[in-house]
Amino acid sequence: MNTAIEMPPKGQQHSAETIIQISKLNKWYGDFHVLKNIDFHVNKGERIVLCGPSGSGKSTLIRCLNRLEEHQQGNIVIEGVELNDNISNIEKIRSDVGMVFQHFNLFPHMTILENLVLAPTLVRKMPLADAEEMAMNYLARVKIAEHSHKYPGQISGGQQQRVAIARSLCMNPKVMLFDEPTSALDPEMIKEVLDVMVELAEDGMTMVCVTHEMGFAKEVADRVIFMDSGEIVEENDPHSFFSNPQVDRTQAFLSQILGH
Amino acid sequence: MSDMTETALRTFTPQPALAPPKELKGAVHWARANLFDGGLNTVLTLLSLLLIVSVVPGLVRWGLLDAVWQGDSEACRVEGVGACWSFIGANFRILMVGIYPVEEIWRPVLSFLLLLGVIWLTVSRRVRGIRMVAFWLVLPFIAYWLIGGGYLGLPEVDQSRWGGLMLSLLLAAVGIIVSVPLGILLALGRFSDSPVIKISCVSFIETIRGVPLITILFMASVMLPLFLPEGMDVNNLLRIQIGMILFSSAYMAEVVRGGLQAVPRGQTEAAKALGLPYRHIMFYVVIPQALRHVLPPLIGRCIALFKDTSLVLIVGLLDFLGMLKSSTQDSEWLGFEAESYVFGAFVYWLVCYSMSRYGQHLESAGPKNNH
Repeated sequence: MNTAIEMPPKGQQHSAETIIQISKLNKWYGDFHVLKNIDFHVNKGERIVLCGPSGSGKSTLIRCLNRLEEHQQGNIVIEGVELNDNISNIEKIRSDVGMVFQHFNLFPHMTILENLVLAPTLVRKMPLADAEEMAMNYLARVKIAEHSHKYPGQISGGQQQRVAIARSLCMNPKVMLFDEPTSALDPEMIKEVLDVMVELAEDGMTMVCVTHEMGFAKEVADRVIFMDSGEIVEENDPHSFFSNPQVDRTQAFLSQILGH
Repeated sequence: MSDMTETALRTFTPQPALAPPKELKGAVHWARANLFDGGLNTVLTLLSLLLIVSVVPGLVRWGLLDAVWQGDSEACRVEGVGACWSFIGANFRILMVGIYPVEEIWRPVLSFLLLLGVIWLTVSRRVRGIRMVAFWLVLPFIAYWLIGGGYLGLPEVDQSRWGGLMLSLLLAAVGIIVSVPLGILLALGRFSDSPVIKISCVSFIETIRGVPLITILFMASVMLPLFLPEGMDVNNLLRIQIGMILFSSAYMAEVVRGGLQAVPRGQTEAAKALGLPYRHIMFYVVIPQALRHVLPPLIGRCIALFKDTSLVLIVGLLDFLGMLKSSTQDSEWLGFEAESYVFGAFVYWLVCYSMSRYGQHLESAGPKNNH
């Protein structure tokens, strides 16, 4: 059921270096087959939006990419390293793949700055002073530097999510994964987070986003992938995807979320 | 009308808040609302007042006004005097350190100051993270070395001469310092993927929790030497200390387990996603949050352990309570049990209440999480 159409990348020309390669991926929760024969790849600099109805397996798929979920069949290769039971492979991939969660998941007992420097100092063995300088740069980029000594509970949801993005960036990731980053936000805070994501895309970051923000998909995605019942149903560039969906399930989904 | 709405929109200022009505303030209102609201509460209030009036004046007269503060035992035996606090003064050294050699008393005092120093460093957040843990874990060894001596030029003081509050504090402090990390390890072991580790931890915890402390103390004191190989000599005090640590760590483990379960899964996931290895996830992300969740019961366990040290009297150690008891049998000071035990109760209360207050301070000082 794979109607992938090879499209030339939108915008500037990307090098065709593959960062994520997934083949014949299968996953079960008990008897429930959540991911069915997923094949897809992400090139360096590509922005991919994964969408689909809830329960379609898109979050599970993105969480397989850094082994927060274990797959049972198939291969995931990221930056030439295969994700398998080898814990040092897993930790290598996790340190190179950033992830932003729906509920931010900042560490509430640490200040914003401590949240940011934790992984660089422990995993990258960066001296604390260097890590703090870098962290302050990223905080300035997400426009939150003045809150660096507050605790996560003291700032708004939108601010927390921007901090979470900065925290991932501090590990200098090759790919950023976004798992519904705006779904838990109040409406007036969605834009500030999307703005940061758009900026990140413009800087050439490789991104895989699970999101219902179709405006964001239209604006920055190179490819939109539509999933349903654990399968990739349709995969296309955003213009064709929105104006001319090929499969009726995609049409039904789009008319539901764009219909009002 | 529409003109007015527009003006109002442009220059909206909230109305000033009004003061509450007079009936809501003042001592009379407070008493009426809290002490005399309804028949039952009025009766209870009057009964309590009666109790206070009948007990407190006598207590104050005995303990403060008519009390003897100095002089020898003869001064206390005069007709009509109250509490004999000079008894405490005369026995103070024995109560504090037992029959520890006088010329070496600086050693337990220094250990106590070190304990206060580490507490201060922790409370004032001058040391944190790994360094704080290291300070705490080194402290028991230094304390045992300072008090016991025998190495590095310090003359040995046999453990039969240790006693009094020093012994109680030593047993409790070392017990707490060692059993908290041990309890954390046991709690983590309960969640281990390895069935061997998991089953060992669960059976240890459940076995210890099924046995009264006094049994463990008897086993440590009496039975353990029978199992030890010939020539291996662990002294009585150390065996009892180890018994208390094992007992306490099983309870700590159960407290910490509750805390671990209260840390949201997203925290571990976020830490994993950053590439942190398991030990760092636990040490920096999960355990600090878990401990904060269970601070009240954890402090409660510490207080209980301090009070439980009084049980070592039964296996022949003269801790604070032991010294209180034996000093009343001093021929010169025979018959001052009330003073002895009131003073003992006061000291136990002082230590426990300080721990409890510190726990409350920690709870309110921690950063608040908004979800």
